Amino acid sequence: MFASAVSVKKAIKETMVRWPAWVWEEKELENKNDVLIELKHVKKVFEDGVTVIEDLSLEIKKGEFVTLLGPSGCGKTTILRMIGGFEKPTEGELLLNGKDISNLPPNERPINTVFQKYALFPHLNVYDNIAFGLKIKGVDKKTQDEKVKKVLEMVDLEGFEKRSISTLSGGQQQRIAIARAIVNEPEVLLLDESLSALDYKMRKEMQLELKEMHRKLGITFIFVTHDQEEALTMSDKVVVMSDGDIQQIGTPEDIYNEPKNLFVADFIGASNIFKGKMVGKKQVEFCGAVFECLDDYAVDTMIDAVVRPEDVEIVEAGKGRIQGEVISCDFKGIFYVTSVKTDKAEIEIHNLKSFQIGDKVGLDLQPDGIHIIPYDTSINHYDGEITSYEAGNGFEIAFEDFTLTVPARNVFADCVEKDGGLTDAKGQAIAWENVKVTMSFLPHDAILNDDADAGFVAGDIFNFIYKDDHYRYRIRSESEEDYIVNDADLWNVGDHVSVSVPVEKMKFEIQKA
Amino acid sequence: MSRDFTEEKTLKYSFSRKQLAIPYCIFLILFVILPLLVVIFYAFTNDEGQVSFANFIAFFQSSKTVGTLVYSIVIAVVTTLICLLIAYPTAYILAKTGMRSGSALLLLFVLPMWINFTLRITALKEILTLIEGNLAFHPFFNTILCMVYDFLPFMIMPLYNTLTKLDDSYVEAAQDLGAKKSHVFLKVVLPLSVPGIVSGVTMVFLPSMTNYVVLDMVYNSTYIMGSLIGSYFSAYDWHNGSVISIILLLIICVITFISNRYAEGDDRQQGKVSVLK
Repeated sequence: MFASAVSVKKAIKETMVRWPAWVWEEKELENKNDVLIELKHVKKVFEDGVTVIEDLSLEIKKGEFVTLLGPSGCGKTTILRMIGGFEKPTEGELLLNGKDISNLPPNERPINTVFQKYALFPHLNVYDNIAFGLKIKGVDKKTQDEKVKKVLEMVDLEGFEKRSISTLSGGQQQRIAIARAIVNEPEVLLLDESLSALDYKMRKEMQLELKEMHRKLGITFIFVTHDQEEALTMSDKVVVMSDGDIQQIGTPEDIYNEPKNLFVADFIGASNIFKGKMVGKKQVEFCGAVFECLDDYAVDTMIDAVVRPEDVEIVEAGKGRIQGEVISCDFKGIFYVTSVKTDKAEIEIHNLKSFQIGDKVGLDLQPDGIHIIPYDTSINHYDGEITSYEAGNGFEIAFEDFTLTVPARNVFADCVEKDGGLTDAKGQAIAWENVKVTMSFLPHDAILNDDADAGFVAGDIFNFIYKDDHYRYRIRSESEEDYIVNDADLWNVGDHVSVSVPVEKMKFEIQKA
Repeated sequence: MSRDFTEEKTLKYSFSRKQLAIPYCIFLILFVILPLLVVIFYAFTNDEGQVSFANFIAFFQSSKTVGTLVYSIVIAVVTTLICLLIAYPTAYILAKTGMRSGSALLLLFVLPMWINFTLRITALKEILTLIEGNLAFHPFFNTILCMVYDFLPFMIMPLYNTLTKLDDSYVEAAQDLGAKKSHVFLKVVLPLSVPGIVSGVTMVFLPSMTNYVVLDMVYNSTYIMGSLIGSYFSAYDWHNGSVISIILLLIICVITFISNRYAEGDDRQQGKVSVLK
């Protein structure tokens, strides 16, 4: 314990010697656990009425390297722009050091940004670009010169002061953009997909350099990316986002090894997702076999098992708990990607051996290679109200997106239809008027159809996840309701489809007042 | 057989791209190069047909002609400045405030260009007569007013184009680095819109030096360069008329040279932007 604290202090001291004092001014390294930025129930609706963020809360600590990770359109850049001051939250609070800064303009925030396309001023040379902020603050010429020289050293571009921006390569522009931001000694550095314009090798290099720079400067970095590898490589903390919501916050290891839900499991790294259920204490069944696992859920809980491709062992045919046949084997440099088809699913495996197509193999899993996510039972629940009743036809129930005509028995299980009226088993009339009903269905009971009028509701496919033998689609209707449907066929994101569910598979529950 | 036939046919009717330029070259020679040579010839000869610089010396010695040159430049400078002062904020608001009807409003500003120029000036003249009674009382003011009215669209258009192309991220970057709104404008927006200003100035300055029709119509009896050429040529004084044409040509050359340098800068800058994208 003591030894480690001493060595940390020593490391800090060494770095402080190496880097000039102004880099360290007021950088309170001891208070690394202080919350620096706090978003409280932030909501953002754009002028055109589109809601990007519904209700989001997030804490960022001093000195952290935080990555906001998610597919495009998930709201990550909007959050960054709100922290930077370029967007105002519609509702909620944005605190910096405990003070609400929601209404502070960007020029008054101790925060600097590295823009996605760098936004270096083309009419100024490298020196004037970097010194832009210093000049505005009225820093004297000598200090300007010193600071510009120091940051240029830091980004490895000594002697570039007089160069015109147009003569710089993408990687050099990137460095100048970083230099221009950190020369102002901000408390927070925001990076908006800053590496996405670079080629692969350059990006790898910059990732490491940024991490190193973060270590040396000790300030808070907030990085936005859609590249999961980048996020895992660089960050202390990853915030996985989708659809304006935080899916999971954790260290890169947590996010990768213990994904909270299917979205995270699918988005981060490659994964095999199997449908299964718990069959005993820490015993899970999927792919027709029973495995031991480390997660403990009640017996019979429906689950999704997430298995990383590198955690699957390939053994001799006949051994192992899963049997299958190799259907493809591709070389990826450091490993082979092998696909094995079993009678239930297709499994992706990363390992170091190559196989021939057609090889019979056995597969096995260790307990720590299986991550269990309990089945989300709250999906596909829709609230409606009974609007009318017609003897013979049943109830008409109005939901936000659609209206259903349902036999009365499906709603009131033991009702009796008599003389155009409705009574319960004891013969008393049922008051059905304006009764609120929740309808639910299971994803695998629904059917997708490209004819928009074929189902009870239509919408666009918003995203999908591949699970062992089918795809799980999320369909979003015009009123922004989501419908989750399992389907064996491959559809594309953006396809306009209708969802139909046989009436007998719909479950109706009467809401208690 | 058939192959020979097609070959023969293509040989007979094919002509290279260079040949397509022939009509243009003929036009250029007949209506640009030859007249220019004639003007140069007349400018540097006297009535006896001998080469002489007397015409130029006479131009710069006569207080009347130099006065006209100065008056033309004053009119052009004032017109250009007023156009710039009106057009810049207008173009900025249209381009940058995210007005949905921005382009429709722009059309309103540009629409007068579609109406015949004499008609527009006549209409304005009638209105001015109603207000002022006699136009001859304020010849300079009336001239400038009509010129500005006439040339404003030519200033707005290039400014609007430059400002719409100006990436908002530059503005955000400046704010991010601590710049107040005034700083953002002076240090980023204005320098980056210089190419638009230059091309607008070029499009307003030169025509307003020579557009004597406006002066005629508002009864401004002072001569500008255009009216001087007109009066010499209508008196069959080819030599003096040509001299003034040459002087104007030189002014045009100088201004084009300057603006080309800025335009090159503009190209480079756009090259940069495309590299980044």
